[in-house]
Amino acid sequence: MLLKDEVGMLQRVPLFSGIELTKLKLLAFTSDRVSYSAGQILFRQGDEGDAAYVILSGRADILVDSDSGPIKVAEMVPNSIVGEIAILCNSSRTATVRAASPLEVLRIRKDHFLRLMKESPEMTIEILRVLADRLSHTTADLIDARSAK
Amino acid sequence: MRQQLLFHPASFQLKGAQSHMEPSLARYIWKHTKKQQLWILMIVVLSMIPYFMSFDLPKLIVNGPIQGRGFEQPGATQPFMRLHYNLPFIGEVLFFSGFQLGRKATLFALSLVFLLLVVINGLFKLYINTYKGRLGERMLRRIRFDLVDRVLRFPPVYFKRVKSAEVATMVKDEVEPLGGFIGDAFLQPVLLGGQALTAMLFIMVQNIWLGMIAVVIVVIQIVLIPRMRRRLIVLGRQRQLTARALSGRVGEIVDGIGAVHVHDTSNYERADIAARLGLIFKIRFDLYQWKFMVKFLNNFLAQVTPFLFYMVGGYLVIQGRLDVGQLVAVIGAYKDLPGPMKELIDWDQDRQDVQVKYQQVVEQFTVEGLIAPRIGALTIDDPDPMTNPLSAIGLSITDDGGAMLLNRISLQVKPGETVALVSTATGGAEALAEAFARLNWPDSGRIASGADDLLELPEAVTGRRMSYASSDVFLFQASLRDNLLYGLKHAPLTSVTYDGAAADQHRWNIDEARRSGNPDLDIRSDWINYASAGATGPHDLFEAVRRVLDAVVLSRDILDLGLRSSADLTRHTELARRIVELRAALRTRLEQEGLSGLVVPFEPGAYNKEATIGQNLLFGAAAGPELADRVLAANPYFASVLKQAGLDRTLYGMGMEIAEQAIELFADLPPDHQFFQQLAFMSAEEIPAYETLLQRLKNRPYEAVSENDRAMIVSLSFAYIEPRHRFGLLSDELMSKIVAARNRFYENLPPELQNAIERYDPAKYIAAATVMDNVLFGRVGNNHPDAPDRIRSILYDILDELGLYGELLNVGLDFNVGAGGRRLTGGQRQKLDVARALLKRPDFLILNRPLSALDQRMQDKVLRNVLQEARRDGHSPAIVWVVTNPAMAEMFDRVIVFDSGQLVEDGTHETLLAENGIFKELVS
Repeated sequence: MLLKDEVGMLQRVPLFSGIELTKLKLLAFTSDRVSYSAGQILFRQGDEGDAAYVILSGRADILVDSDSGPIKVAEMVPNSIVGEIAILCNSSRTATVRAASPLEVLRIRKDHFLRLMKESPEMTIEILRVLADRLSHTTADLIDARSAK
Repeated sequence: MRQQLLFHPASFQLKGAQSHMEPSLARYIWKHTKKQQLWILMIVVLSMIPYFMSFDLPKLIVNGPIQGRGFEQPGATQPFMRLHYNLPFIGEVLFFSGFQLGRKATLFALSLVFLLLVVINGLFKLYINTYKGRLGERMLRRIRFDLVDRVLRFPPVYFKRVKSAEVATMVKDEVEPLGGFIGDAFLQPVLLGGQALTAMLFIMVQNIWLGMIAVVIVVIQIVLIPRMRRRLIVLGRQRQLTARALSGRVGEIVDGIGAVHVHDTSNYERADIAARLGLIFKIRFDLYQWKFMVKFLNNFLAQVTPFLFYMVGGYLVIQGRLDVGQLVAVIGAYKDLPGPMKELIDWDQDRQDVQVKYQQVVEQFTVEGLIAPRIGALTIDDPDPMTNPLSAIGLSITDDGGAMLLNRISLQVKPGETVALVSTATGGAEALAEAFARLNWPDSGRIASGADDLLELPEAVTGRRMSYASSDVFLFQASLRDNLLYGLKHAPLTSVTYDGAAADQHRWNIDEARRSGNPDLDIRSDWINYASAGATGPHDLFEAVRRVLDAVVLSRDILDLGLRSSADLTRHTELARRIVELRAALRTRLEQEGLSGLVVPFEPGAYNKEATIGQNLLFGAAAGPELADRVLAANPYFASVLKQAGLDRTLYGMGMEIAEQAIELFADLPPDHQFFQQLAFMSAEEIPAYETLLQRLKNRPYEAVSENDRAMIVSLSFAYIEPRHRFGLLSDELMSKIVAARNRFYENLPPELQNAIERYDPAKYIAAATVMDNVLFGRVGNNHPDAPDRIRSILYDILDELGLYGELLNVGLDFNVGAGGRRLTGGQRQKLDVARALLKRPDFLILNRPLSALDQRMQDKVLRNVLQEARRDGHSPAIVWVVTNPAMAEMFDRVIVFDSGQLVEDGTHETLLAENGIFKELVS
């Protein structure tokens, strides 16, 4: 997959959809292309967050530790981004991500990501929008969960 | 050069190590060179004979054969070399009646004698100058050595007040002019004084009154000039002190450059240096003004004398009291007076100048409480172990400001005992550790080993049977190995046998060293005391080294350094010899673990996708500047190979593409943007240049582009790696063309490039590449994030299996630690210091907060290792450890607690915890 294809993929990630093409190209160029085989771990819950990952091909499982071992909470498919929360708020990873099939990802380093946010207000607003969206979903889920009790 | 064990007498003393320095330069010179001074004086007097003979000869030649006096008759002859003298009481004696020579023959004979005298005079001059020069250089060597010898014997407190750069400048620069003066120190005044006195006497004989005039003027010169010079001396002293302070400040700036930048004080430093330079300029300019003023006056006085001769002498002639002949003779004789006088006065100026310099240096090097020479005397045989307890008896130590660090402490450390010194912030345990190491001298009380005062023991005992490491580490700018083994180099243990020219050189070295009062210890001898590290020689020392490095957890770091450096193949032959085996082992292991994808190996007939195009083309490591990265594209041979392979246009097109992409991506970024680290093709500074280049070349056909521009563009393509940069520029056809070009490149490699490149050969070690590159013999895939770490740990495993772990550690030990060890981290430096202390296997190991740069977990680990390593093989040294954390005290037999310079608690860990005292408070 070439740089220009990656840029095409990035454009389809909602978080990056509003960003101008040259910026995206720069982001893709300065990011590392990394491949994993099925079962390899991208990062573990509790690790320090140093990068976000955009899935280019393949699938990945998101696992959360529990008393009875890791539980799969979600599955990531191409064009999705994972790990961006930890690099935004300097917290440790909230879940483990494991390749479920041969996986190609674009690894965006934390400092590059933050630098790009600083320089591109469109991107920052877009991220804010996505986060707010997630928050309202989570709130709605919470309300549902409470009322279901 | 062969080495064999030496059987020296047990000890011998350094010569020339006097207890005080001679304050007078003249006496210092006389004391060490009187024989030589007298000899050279004699030679000079002897040289006068041919010198005066050559004065007389021209007259003989002109009057005799040329003008024909004595040859008036044709065929007349004159005796040549007739020796006859008028001796008192005996009358004329004829020694030799001479040869009878004709006019022409006499001319030739006399001219040849003249030539002979010229040669003899020249040879005398050569001999005298060489002799004086050598005398001066020997004295310079002596005085410099004396000064450094004293530095080695200064008491510790001195070093708190002195800047190292100032001491260095004294030893190096300030005594330098002494060398030039020493040859003339006694010769010049005797010679010139003699000349001046002769001239003066001659004038006196001609006329007593005119003689008196000359005497008066000379007396004025002698009285006045030195008076005026007093100011010169004062200025000279100021010049020396300010210059010394300047070098001290420059040294401080270099040492403290971090602090300068951190605090934005570079302009403060600029102002300080400018102010100092201004002051130095002022002093030097003052000095010049005075110097020329004195010179002017001196010349004036010299010229005023003839004026008086003309006026007074002329008046006397007119009066008839003096005849003209006498006046002319006096004036003639006076011509010979100012020359020597002037030189004599110049000599005196030089003398005062160097005397001031010498005195200034001597003052700085005259220190109370110098360590006696016997303390540091060379001792070949190892001293007996220290079996007596080490005790502090009523020990008080104050710091430079007078604050009490330790107040009448008494305690005893028994052999074999491990003691933790725990201290509150003002406790004083560190001062005690320093006192044990003799780095801090007691103000009252003493440290004793058994009945002996520790300060009275020779360093041969304390430096070999005790070791010390602290948080304040000093490393020399040398390899890790040299720094580690430094603590074992007490005395030259082998005598080196030299052959041929080296033997002559060695004899000369010894001879000259003795003549200058330097020791003749051979620096090339093996100084390493293997026995003290528990080894028997160079072959098994490494085991001991490895153990102490493991103990302080430094081996891994050194292995990493080894991997990243290129091994010196003259030392590490094993690595080169077994490289094929090593590469195969790595390959097999990677396959076994299913990790073959991690490394793409170099294969002579294949393109390596994970390497750059440049690397694929060259397929070798540049061993010289001719084919290094930056200039590769411009190398004419390389360019011709590209052309023949049909790659020149392709790579040019590729370079243009890369330039366009890079500029599109990066042109808008500020030059310090961190993204530039990702741009392998060009640096941020080069972007504008490439931008204009691109504009210029965009629509130009390839043929119209200059060689230089082509090279600039083509070189961009050399850094390209497809999987990493992903521009989609590499096709199968291009790859096979590149491999073909590679082969073509090596087929016709011109002889001048043979040594500029080392071709990758699966069966050969590449000396110009790092150890890591050699073992990998390929490139780590770009798309495996943790590949380097995984490969490294696999590699260490393999090295261990193949028994090459030690070899790699040895390569790492070649690493140069930089000035003051600054190429290592603080933690690494401290670990190395502890390893050095451990390696000696001492009877008393004193450790003063030795690992403060490490985190607590690592400190605990190293502590445990060190306690274990120190006691290996039934050895049981006493260990005194000033701990950074009271919890560490648990590992020791005994705990001593200090607070406010007092010893407050002393007991085992359990008893102290039970006591509810300060220790318990500190631990909790």
